[in-house]
Amino acid sequence: MWNDARVVLAKDLAVEWRSHVALRQVLPFVFTVVLLFAFGLDRVLVNDPLVSGDTVPVAYVAPGVFWLAVLFSAVMLVQRSISSELDDGAWDQLRLWGLDPAGVFVGKAAAVALQLLAIEVLLGGVVCVAFGVSVPSSPGAWLLIVTVMVLATIALSAVASCYAALSAGIRVRETLLPVLLLPITVPLLLASVQAWQGALTAETAAGWAWVRVDAVFAVVYVAVGVLAYGALMEE
Amino acid sequence: MSPSTNQPPQAEGRRSRLVRDRQTISWLLGASAFVLLALVSVLAITTPAPDYVQGEASRLIYVHPATAWVSYAAFATNVVCALLWLWPRTRKIGWDHAAGAAAHIGVFFVSMTFVLGAIWGRGTWGTFFRLRDARMASTLVLLLMYLGVVTLRQLPSSPTSRARRTALGSLLAFVNVPIVHFSVLWWDTLHQGPTLAKPEKPSIDGMPLATMLLSFVAFTVLFSWLMIHRTRIERWNDALLGDDLDTAITARQAEGRVARSGIPA
Amino acid sequence: MAGVSEHRASISPFAGSVVGVDEREGDLGPAVHMVAVVAVLGTFPALSGLDLTVPRGHVCVLKGPNGAGKTTVLRVAAGLVPALRGTVTVLGSNVRADRRSVRRHLGYLGHATGLYADLSVEQNVRFAVRAAGSGTGQAIDSSLTRLGLDGRLRDLRVAHLSAGQRRRVALASLLAREVPLWLLDEPHAALDPDGRDLLDELVREAVGCGTTVLIASHDTERTARLADSVVHVQGGRAVDTTRVEHGDSDVE
Repeated sequence: MWNDARVVLAKDLAVEWRSHVALRQVLPFVFTVVLLFAFGLDRVLVNDPLVSGDTVPVAYVAPGVFWLAVLFSAVMLVQRSISSELDDGAWDQLRLWGLDPAGVFVGKAAAVALQLLAIEVLLGGVVCVAFGVSVPSSPGAWLLIVTVMVLATIALSAVASCYAALSAGIRVRETLLPVLLLPITVPLLLASVQAWQGALTAETAAGWAWVRVDAVFAVVYVAVGVLAYGALMEE
Repeated sequence: MSPSTNQPPQAEGRRSRLVRDRQTISWLLGASAFVLLALVSVLAITTPAPDYVQGEASRLIYVHPATAWVSYAAFATNVVCALLWLWPRTRKIGWDHAAGAAAHIGVFFVSMTFVLGAIWGRGTWGTFFRLRDARMASTLVLLLMYLGVVTLRQLPSSPTSRARRTALGSLLAFVNVPIVHFSVLWWDTLHQGPTLAKPEKPSIDGMPLATMLLSFVAFTVLFSWLMIHRTRIERWNDALLGDDLDTAITARQAEGRVARSGIPA
Repeated sequence: MAGVSEHRASISPFAGSVVGVDEREGDLGPAVHMVAVVAVLGTFPALSGLDLTVPRGHVCVLKGPNGAGKTTVLRVAAGLVPALRGTVTVLGSNVRADRRSVRRHLGYLGHATGLYADLSVEQNVRFAVRAAGSGTGQAIDSSLTRLGLDGRLRDLRVAHLSAGQRRRVALASLLAREVPLWLLDEPHAALDPDGRDLLDELVREAVGCGTTVLIASHDTERTARLADSVVHVQGGRAVDTTRVEHGDSDVE
């Protein structure tokens, strides 16, 4: 399985390297989403020192905006992951070459996760600057931030890859995939936002409690993906 | 309702006895459900609400928890049937029918739970919708998840593809149910004080308790009855499709014959 | 049955490397055996009770009008489409139950190219070989050379190739994998005359090493020269089977 996973991962990364979709399309999309949130939720989000009025402390709002933007980009990345197979019929070949389906799952989910992580790192910087988030100084808070980022990314990539495979054979896949996937991600979104809020407001103990949810989510959906991807790949 | 078959008399007799038994069971279930629900309705109106519940719509305690329970039971049934279909050794299309029935029933009951919860909330909190309430939030997420499962089912496809998609969709949704439940519960209890591990056991006894338990029983019986009938409907739908398929096959074969007899190859 | 246990030495990638599954396992059943197969696409019965037997080492050509079900026959043989009714046995195994072991031994060339448009020719073939776990680096090189994809073309992105060239890349992947059963769907369609001749040559060499080839094609003249049997598919069934004797054609 690991061999097959490595082969598929290498291929997916090569495709991204050659086509730059994540770089040229998903990344700008993610920045645009953050900007749209800022405009759409004016007064709630924008901490303008020259304007008085009700604004929510940035430490509570920035994680929410960040993780929502990450959710949407995950949907795009995983759509791309599956459409690169479906466009020219390579999905059939993947099934026919006798690859271990668990390996295909791990390879594809890992490729999505790596791209997502890269986007998150860049996005994190942008959100901090744009919303004026005061970056925590304690290493404990940073450890919490990074742990959540990694776990949530793995969890999100796993569950999104499962749903991408499930909807692969459906003609209305492009509109159906978000409908199916997004409700499932609610606990992940909730937990990640709560954990980061804890990190940013120096309530790290409370934040660490939420990491458990991310971890359970990741374990559960990686396990489901590994066990069920064979069935998911079939028509 | 079974098609007549050319079977030896004993098999026919056995078969019609089975059908009769099933019909008797279904009739009994239906009748008991009706009676029990009527009883619960009467009791719910006459029995005062237990002390720990307040608000004008508090009598919904005799209905709302029961509908929530049924929706969970439906989703559990759904995932068990899905797994039975997925496992090659136990794969039978009947499991897909049951899984589909359970999904539909589950969506209906979870919607009802949500609506009743909103009505109760109006009475208790003053507003219909309060996302922070653990029960309301988890009910809503469950509703959306299983609407997705039902949507998967409606897509036009062959019975096998549909069964596979439903089964996998159910599995993916169900493993999330405990995660949703607990994370939303934690979220709700977040700012209510540091030691809210377990709420005090609400005191309820006597008639209110009996009525509540009765409502659970009544709704469970209703659920069983609905399962039987909805599964039958799913089976009949497939039978209709099967008949359609046979017609389509005959028409398809005729394509070949006409072309052959018409123009020489 | 020509060539089941013969290995013809040649410069093709097949030289001495392909052994039919039957020889390894001592089972001499037909390569493809379908009985009363009904297969649906959505709710439409593409195959309405099809019978087909392809002995090993044979070239069998499926003929028929558009929409007859030729593509579906190939997809059912590959195990991509399940048979709703009937049985499908490929290389001695049930194609759905023993999916993974059967699929390793077959190569499918459908209407779609099955390639990654963003990757280069060499990357595509290399991925196919690595993914399938059969075939060697030497096989990759020789198959690329054989199909005229050497030199400048090797590193060219598939998206920049013409339809015919993409077909050649797909063929190169198939060749490099060295499998005992080929399922080809209208393989001549996109190729230029040189390409078509090359394909015929490849098929002949493969058969000489024991490969079974099942081709769906409209090109009756060309395939008649290749075929050991021609099956006429219509309305989702096999309505006629013709044995072809090379040299003169007899209708049975």
